[in-house]
Amino acid sequence: MAPHDRPRPKLAVWKFASCDGCQLTLLDCEDELLALAERLDIAHFLEASSATAPGPYDLSLVEGSVTTAQDVERIHHIRAVSRRLVTIGACATAGGVQALRNYADVAEFQAVVYARPDYVATLATSTPISAHVPVDFELRGCPIDRRQLLEVITAQLAGRTPNVPAHSVCFECKQRGTVCVTVAHGTPCLGPVTHAGCGAICPTYGRGCYGCFGPSDSTNLPAFVPLLHREGMDTLAVVRVLRTFNAAAPEFDTAARKELEP
Amino acid sequence: MTHRGTRVLHVGSLARVEGEGALHLALAGRTVTGARLAIYEPPRFFEAFLRGRAHTEPPDLTSRICGICPVAYQLSSCRAIEDACGVTVTGQPAALRRLLYCGEWIESHTLHVHLLHAPDFLGADGAVDLARTHRTDVERGLRLKQAGNAILELLGGRAIHPVNVRLGGFHRLPTTAELRPLAEQLRRARDDAQQTVRWVAGFDFPDADCDHDLLALAEPDRYAIESGTPTVMPAPGTTGPARDSDRALPTRTFPLRAFGDHVVEHQVPHSTALHSRLDGRRHLTGPLARYAVSGRLLSPIALQAAQDAGLGDPRQGAVCRNPYRSIVVRAVEVLYAVDEALRIVDAYEPAPSPYVEVPPRAGTGHGATEAPRGLLYHRYTLDPSGTVTDAVLVPPTAQNQGAIEDDLRRQVQSRLDRGDAADAELTALCERAIRNHDPCISCSTHFLDLTVERAGNC
Repeated sequence: MAPHDRPRPKLAVWKFASCDGCQLTLLDCEDELLALAERLDIAHFLEASSATAPGPYDLSLVEGSVTTAQDVERIHHIRAVSRRLVTIGACATAGGVQALRNYADVAEFQAVVYARPDYVATLATSTPISAHVPVDFELRGCPIDRRQLLEVITAQLAGRTPNVPAHSVCFECKQRGTVCVTVAHGTPCLGPVTHAGCGAICPTYGRGCYGCFGPSDSTNLPAFVPLLHREGMDTLAVVRVLRTFNAAAPEFDTAARKELEP
Repeated sequence: MTHRGTRVLHVGSLARVEGEGALHLALAGRTVTGARLAIYEPPRFFEAFLRGRAHTEPPDLTSRICGICPVAYQLSSCRAIEDACGVTVTGQPAALRRLLYCGEWIESHTLHVHLLHAPDFLGADGAVDLARTHRTDVERGLRLKQAGNAILELLGGRAIHPVNVRLGGFHRLPTTAELRPLAEQLRRARDDAQQTVRWVAGFDFPDADCDHDLLALAEPDRYAIESGTPTVMPAPGTTGPARDSDRALPTRTFPLRAFGDHVVEHQVPHSTALHSRLDGRRHLTGPLARYAVSGRLLSPIALQAAQDAGLGDPRQGAVCRNPYRSIVVRAVEVLYAVDEALRIVDAYEPAPSPYVEVPPRAGTGHGATEAPRGLLYHRYTLDPSGTVTDAVLVPPTAQNQGAIEDDLRRQVQSRLDRGDAADAELTALCERAIRNHDPCISCSTHFLDLTVERAGNC
């Protein structure tokens, strides 16, 4: 079979509770989008196309967290029709910002937002995809990084491990030559415990990292949290910064709970 | 004579819109009895979890409501909290906020014009499909989109959920040297934007008309983007009280702090979302409303393009009420945003400080900006330490939902008045009617998940 006759790998993009930003990252690949579309068959991507083709799919990208009973059924179906399943972004990987409900009374949340909360069908928790089905790879970030997304898609289709570093944001600051905002200015920064991938944007813009890529693979929160206190953050401020876009990531979750212990 | 009885059309998943929604249409014979944009995007409870956060946090948090218009959320948050704290941002930081917002308009509008909306007019399923027949147009769109993203990346750090916005201004201001390459890219983008207006002006537009009241922010001296006063242009033929019912109601304004008195949200039985009404009437925000309210303040190049594209001269009172032509108005707004971005870049001189301090105080503040898809209002109440005790966010799509549903009903009825139509044709018609408004369903601070069929007309 000539190369151009070979069936192209089928890509599907799925959405759960989220802001659509990680899917948009694919459309933000302005220089690569059309070339990518020639190499793979975008079989299901509702944000971008009305045409959908049935599975099975070679690669499913999943954005968003599981927050309804129907979501639970849907993710099992998606897993069943996907050869490889990759989560994209903090929602799919760690429950996202909507996981803040996990620390609150959801009935009370509903009453705040809706006059008739009984109309709302929602679970009391927001959970990552891996809490429900096996996941082949998790791409971090709120939002994900465009270059990393292209690397993951390419690697998955080639059957190799994506070259996505698991070290902390601090390494990226060093690579960029950015002066440490904590050392130089006493600015609290989550860089030492946050997963690399963004390119250390916040310190380059003069602010501390706020952890939107979630915990790095070898964090030491018990050693790190006292440093935040040293830079002037009180208990509630530490809890808030850990409970933001990756609140339900186990390392951040454990550290925040420990802070709140009497 | 054949007479088809009651039938219900259901499109389970609506494509080429942000977020996920469905469409329900109920017909009795040739009469539309129900038309609904059903939202099954699960609620995310932003208004609830904003309570208890520090007053510095909502700009980063609320940006996560929408990956396509994060700047709209960041700047509506900033304006509302600065209002509560009695701070006004002026000078270069204010100009750069407008520049950042121009970047978002260029990116979001171009995404909608080229990749999501144009395929409707050209018989394609999406951008990749469209590129087979209109490669240069799609490539031009991607180039324009890239120019918008370049502004967001330089000024905001990244295109989605920028990190550089803070209360009072920015964490860091760009240098003049950093902005210079942007000007070159924007000059190319201006040509692309002009070409885009000409391209979309040549599409075949179905006849359609809407009689919603139009709501947009207005400023005295420029096209409103990142600030302004709510201004209402009543539907044509709308008359005042009975005693002077022969007089059409004039354009009116109200102070932003009174937004909640005029735009009232309510949960309607058998509907999927909070609807809002403007002084008791259905209303529309977005490009058609902005063009009606502020079109005369477009830059000369954008005004000329609008007239050449057949939109008429807004300085002579021309208003566009055909929702299908919103793609032309969006293209004109892209041209304006590119032109305005260039003006700001050319006039830029770094300010001594990237931000002004915004010390907390107790109070309630209001902020509204023009998101690409319409007016976005935020209200926060702070306690003396700056902790948020109450948050209200009114996204444009929630306001537009009543108007979208009315467009659906009206366009399907108009089609059926000319003879029966197959479900597939009606479905396609409805999807187009919805996409005309570039709805942003991810704004699920407010949307409900409900399966009850709407009983009556919208």
